[in-house]
Amino acid sequence: MALGAVLLGAALGYAAVRFRVEGDPLVEKIDGILPQTQCGQCGYPGCRPYAQAIANGDADINCCPPGGEEGIRKLADLLGREFKPLSGEHGIEKPKSVAVIDENVCIGCTLCLQACPVDAIVGAAKQMHTVIAPQCTGCELCVAPCPVDCIAMVPIAETMDNWKWKYPVIEIRKAA
Amino acid sequence: MMRQLFGFRGGVKPDSHKNESTRLPVAKAPLPPLLTVPLRQNAGASPRVTVKAGDHVLKGQMIAAPEDGLSVALHAPTSGHVRAIEARAIAHPSGLTGTCVIIEPDGAERWVELEPLDAGQASPEQLRRRLRESGLVGMGGAAFPSYVKAAGTGIATLIINGAECEPWITCDDMLMRTRGEDIAGGAILLRELLGARKVLIGIEDNKPEAIAAMRAAAASAGSGLEVVAVPTRYPAGGEKQLIRALTGIEVPYGKLPSHFGVQCFNVGTAAAAHRAVSRGEPLISRLVTLTGNVAEPRNHEVAIGTPVNELIALARPKADTDRYLMGGPMMGFALPDLAVPVAKATNCIIAASPALFPAPAPEMPCIRCGACAQACPAELAPYELYWFARSQNLGKCQEYHLFDCIECGCCAFVCPSRIRLVDYYRYAKSAIRAREKDKLAADHARERYEFRLAREEREKQEKAAKLAAKAAETKAKLAQAPASGESAPAGEGDAKKALIEAAMAKAREQAAPALNTDVQKMTAEQQAQVAAAEARHAAAATAATAETAAVAKDA
Repeated sequence: MALGAVLLGAALGYAAVRFRVEGDPLVEKIDGILPQTQCGQCGYPGCRPYAQAIANGDADINCCPPGGEEGIRKLADLLGREFKPLSGEHGIEKPKSVAVIDENVCIGCTLCLQACPVDAIVGAAKQMHTVIAPQCTGCELCVAPCPVDCIAMVPIAETMDNWKWKYPVIEIRKAA
Repeated sequence: MMRQLFGFRGGVKPDSHKNESTRLPVAKAPLPPLLTVPLRQNAGASPRVTVKAGDHVLKGQMIAAPEDGLSVALHAPTSGHVRAIEARAIAHPSGLTGTCVIIEPDGAERWVELEPLDAGQASPEQLRRRLRESGLVGMGGAAFPSYVKAAGTGIATLIINGAECEPWITCDDMLMRTRGEDIAGGAILLRELLGARKVLIGIEDNKPEAIAAMRAAAASAGSGLEVVAVPTRYPAGGEKQLIRALTGIEVPYGKLPSHFGVQCFNVGTAAAAHRAVSRGEPLISRLVTLTGNVAEPRNHEVAIGTPVNELIALARPKADTDRYLMGGPMMGFALPDLAVPVAKATNCIIAASPALFPAPAPEMPCIRCGACAQACPAELAPYELYWFARSQNLGKCQEYHLFDCIECGCCAFVCPSRIRLVDYYRYAKSAIRAREKDKLAADHARERYEFRLAREEREKQEKAAKLAAKAAETKAKLAQAPASGESAPAGEGDAKKALIEAAMAKAREQAAPALNTDVQKMTAEQQAQVAAAEARHAAAATAATAETAAVAKDA
């Protein structure tokens, strides 16, 4: 009996070392659901810190406006918690947008470059800046620092490339 | 000898309505006052416009050159002046606009100089380039660039698809009756290009004239083209269904017919390929069936870019026509705007009236009778897919192989509850694609964000190290100064001198050309991080291409 216990203990101990899970899988999973906008609207400096806070139980699951209702539902599913509507203090769900710099007004101050969490703005001091639209996450962090207010958030228009079939809506008619 | 046929599972037999539009011979549609040639007519990337407003173009002149990534050339359908290059409504269920080249015909129909190729002499690369530069796409509906499909290796069987299973449409039927020799020539050309051993031309048995015409054309072409009549059952013209019926090969999910040594082309594509090579004519017109609730249903040879409203006037629609369908009644869509132009993949325009196509009965709840599962040619469980798509359970949709669905409409056709099942599948498919795109974008953003954090950390460390080094240097100089300069008075002034010297040294250093410190000063660990990020990025890009390929095939 004792020998068995020792053997099993040794096997478990070995397995714990051999098959150690790197990092925190829960944080990875939560981070995978978050939209990676890196906007900080949740009150944390990025999506990963927010994921960490959710995993630690410090933050609620309804603080991410870009993730929206769908994101909250997925988090609720993952964590086995109750769904709750988006908390108003962190912002509201908006259509996905990209930042557009009015290049005639830009003075080349580089403040937006420093604010962009995903390095999606190119430019240099006293040179015109511009946004790499496909890389922009629409976080709006570049809007506030601009001293000449030349950055606008433009909702992404529907084109042939991103058009989607709509959810079928059944017309309700009065039966004859 | 009769060839053994294999058949496919499921399918339906709707009223074919083929006779209406085959009574009259093919007519040539007159040129409209303005041609609207859409730039995007093929699956994949759009070509690049090579003309500008005001230019004069000749018939068959290239107006857009192929770009990288599955695009084919585009040509002027007639001679005339380019009036504008702008966004116009195009034939798409969304009713969205796309870039179009607007050409005003001059009526002269002057051809550009054509350069025929000798198929026997030209190399396969030359032939494929010719197909690409002649704007050849699959004319059965998917508009997949033909030069890509003509590049398969290890193809044993070439199938020419003349099944035309969808009701009302007869453009392939009339093409086979009138241009059998072009189709046979194209079949031989594609066979040589692919190195295929045999060619099967599959035609539904409700088109005896077409079968006879093709048999005659195949006999006069003289070398091993076999015309096979397949039983009439919708969707026998589906690529996978026709391959199964003719060869018994079942192409599974995620595979292409070419993986099994089969390649399939539409009869229209074969005829256009023949003309592109033997006469040098690019693809600038096609046969379009005008039928339905019209006084004069028939097939017209239509210049690409002809607006639909100009075209339907030729068939004289009856007064009670309430909408127009592009494509057949099973898979087509109601046109949101009649100014849209005919494209390379437009095969049919049907005038619909309440008498001909009654409004669908009210949708009733699914009773899980299983009729849809019996009708499904892709052997799916449509009632389950409907359930999951309706509840937006997209993960389950994928588990039940939603992407195997060919959107043929058999399930909705047989549904006793009149549920518009295909609408749900289309919705779910595009929602899944959009979600995967978002996921890819999010992964990319995460990578860039992590890289930025690493870079900021590195810059901070570098700055700290620089400051520390400078401080140590100044300290050393301060310590040295009293030892070396005995004559100088020790004390405050000396320290100041050292500081000034240090500042000057710094200025000199800055004046020297700045090196890219970012790359040079990276530690091994940081370099590894950068390499890992780049590898991840490359993997994501490969996944994206694979997905696009799957989508293209699916379409």
